[in-house]
Amino acid sequence: MSTYLADVATLARKDLRLELRVRSVVPSMLLFVVSALVVFHFALPSGSSDLAAKGLLWVAIIFTALLGLTRAFVAEREQRLLDGLLLAPCDRSAIWLAKTVSMLGFLVVAELVALPAFALFFSGIDGATVAGVALANLGICAVGTVLAAMAVAGRARELLLPLLFLPLAIPIVVGGVGASVADEPARYLGFLALYDAVFAIISWASFEYVVTE
Amino acid sequence: MSTSLRNNQLALSATLAAVLVPTAIALVFFYAPVDEDGLNQKIFYFHVPIALAAYACFGWGAWKGLVHLWKGKPGADLESYVAIHLGVIFGAMTLLTGSLWAKFRWGHWWLWSERQLVLFLVLFLFYSAYFMLRYSVEPGPQRANLCAVYSLFGVVLIPISFLAIRLANQYIHPVAFNRHGPQMAGSQFFTFCVCLAAMLALFAALYQFELAGKRLDARLKELRELLA
Repeated sequence: MSTYLADVATLARKDLRLELRVRSVVPSMLLFVVSALVVFHFALPSGSSDLAAKGLLWVAIIFTALLGLTRAFVAEREQRLLDGLLLAPCDRSAIWLAKTVSMLGFLVVAELVALPAFALFFSGIDGATVAGVALANLGICAVGTVLAAMAVAGRARELLLPLLFLPLAIPIVVGGVGASVADEPARYLGFLALYDAVFAIISWASFEYVVTE
Repeated sequence: MSTSLRNNQLALSATLAAVLVPTAIALVFFYAPVDEDGLNQKIFYFHVPIALAAYACFGWGAWKGLVHLWKGKPGADLESYVAIHLGVIFGAMTLLTGSLWAKFRWGHWWLWSERQLVLFLVLFLFYSAYFMLRYSVEPGPQRANLCAVYSLFGVVLIPISFLAIRLANQYIHPVAFNRHGPQMAGSQFFTFCVCLAAMLALFAALYQFELAGKRLDARLKELRELLA
């Protein structure tokens, strides 16, 4: 167990170090999410309710995550890094967990800017929204990492991931928007936690088959 | 499985479908009573069985995907693909019949508050992406693995989406089944059961038929490669 976690930590550190050196994913996610919020400001007619803006916040989060996930396995495929990782004496699911952790880190950084920006441009953010975002992040990254690994195997790559990801993201949007706008957010947060648990288990168990033949 | 046994299965399911489908249609129009909703209620006998058959297709596809991942059985990938392919066709028909029903019953072609219809839209989008995935990856063991994993995500998505849509919407879909059993007359329930059996038999026949065609294609390709 401890070696498994050490493998995960090593692999996640590799991703974070790569990002610190190249700085490609996080800056694009930051710029994208702020631009999206500005676009949404102009997309909402004056007099629109705060509820509509809260819904758009979730659109921004999902698409920002999608932007980061598209790049998740590009280095692994283009530099043939995945072959090396598969030869390494570690459990294949550790690759998934490490990538999920690093994607989660990127997404949280983007949201640390996005949520205050949203509060500044639109309306205040309450605790339930923050809890919803935190729970949704887990599900987005867990499912998104497996789908990103699938998408890079194909010819279409960047085109494919949104098609695979968005239908699976619909329940996350339902739970997230519900947590942000409903009077009783608890059941929506519970639903997000259920989604996270179910999809984390199936992603963890199935990742090996996605990267091996 | 031997070819003769497969042919027998195909013949059996095709015969069953050929008997059950006309019987079901005859029962719907000549036996089942017209209830207070009028004639448009008849679409219920097609809409719901087609939807249930689509679930059966997706479930069968995921099961074959699991068999592929678990036992590595050759051919399971093709069987999974054929089942999901039929599931998408049945799913499209569910959307179409549901839309027609919504128009005649509530006066709108599309209702976001009709949960089953929204669920099928989500599933339709999900499984349409399955084809995009399948046809963007080179045929081979990796494609089989990817498709199998994706089909497993699908069966997990069905209950999760069902819950999500239930959470998201208010409630106007008519409830024909609930905890107290079916809320319809005995003759209606009998007709419904025959319709369901007919749709499942139709699925089985189409499944065997398409599978036989695909296997023949693969065999032909092998022989051509031997000759070349």
